[in-house]
Amino acid sequence: MLNGFLYFVVLFFLLFSLVKDGKKTKMALKKAWKSMMKNIMMIMGMMILMGVVFKVIDPETIGSFFGKESGLFGIFAGLGIGSFAFIPSFIAFPLGAQLIENGAGYPQVAGFISSLMGVGLISITMEVEYFGKQAAITRNAFAVLASVVFVVLVGVII
Amino acid sequence: MKKFYSNNKLLIIALVLLLGLFLFDSNKGIEATKSAVYNFKSVGMILPPIFILIGLLDVWVPKEVMVKFMGHGSGLKGGAIAVFLGAVGAGPLVVSFPIAALLIKKGARLAYVFLFLGAWTSVKLPIFMFELANFGYKFTTLHVISSMTIYYIGAIILEKTMSPKAKAIMEEKANKYA
Repeated sequence: MLNGFLYFVVLFFLLFSLVKDGKKTKMALKKAWKSMMKNIMMIMGMMILMGVVFKVIDPETIGSFFGKESGLFGIFAGLGIGSFAFIPSFIAFPLGAQLIENGAGYPQVAGFISSLMGVGLISITMEVEYFGKQAAITRNAFAVLASVVFVVLVGVII
Repeated sequence: MKKFYSNNKLLIIALVLLLGLFLFDSNKGIEATKSAVYNFKSVGMILPPIFILIGLLDVWVPKEVMVKFMGHGSGLKGGAIAVFLGAVGAGPLVVSFPIAALLIKKGARLAYVFLFLGAWTSVKLPIFMFELANFGYKFTTLHVISSMTIYYIGAIILEKTMSPKAKAIMEEKANKYA
């Protein structure tokens, strides 16, 4: 459904662009193709990497770390495991909801999904490729900080 | 050969690891390949529209306009646009990198580009209702407010501490990928 919406919006813009200026639209499509080709190798590499990582550490074993009684250990396990891989929110949140349903604690899951979405130690090579070392490391460091602050807040307030 | 390696470093590393997994446990290797293919299919679906959007933006939005809306003098408005773009963006963070590259190329303020990445990784409109329904409003509010505050501080600090050389490298990379 989300994809459908995205396609619809893009199609709308594309038609609008075409009506306004055919030449420019052609240029835009050329650019789109060129930059997609430049990025696709890296995205493909990332997908293979994710496939490997999640067969080595599968979500079910991960879930067993996060029980309500797991306390600080569970929180650090959540932050640590979440920091390895990048997962989009539309997968991370359902995964988190499932963990909670199976008895995981809120702070543990908060740290896990927040770092899952924001911190990517595996994909940092790719980030460096786009933004350089300093920017990539700083962004990930702040994502860790954001996750820690979130965990503390959840632990204190909820 | 060396150029081929540096251009496709990530892909090569991934393939080597996959091969390693195959040698270690062929069943897991097959499963990993399957899930890689599945991942790639689902991301592959959103790549064409995202890159068409990037192409259209590149052609239709001149640098001056981007600078005006998201550049140094754009103030609160620029930050708000960055958060909005990040929040509506679909797909994994991987997809946001070329978009961020385009923003840099067009002269958006660095802090806002990072705010955009921060929003992309934490505040998602399409997932917002799900989060609200499954985790409750307290959890959701804490999540949105704490992460956006930290990312905002991070964005400002990053912009202030980045050396001119690092910035130049970043712009060069942005021109390469967008």
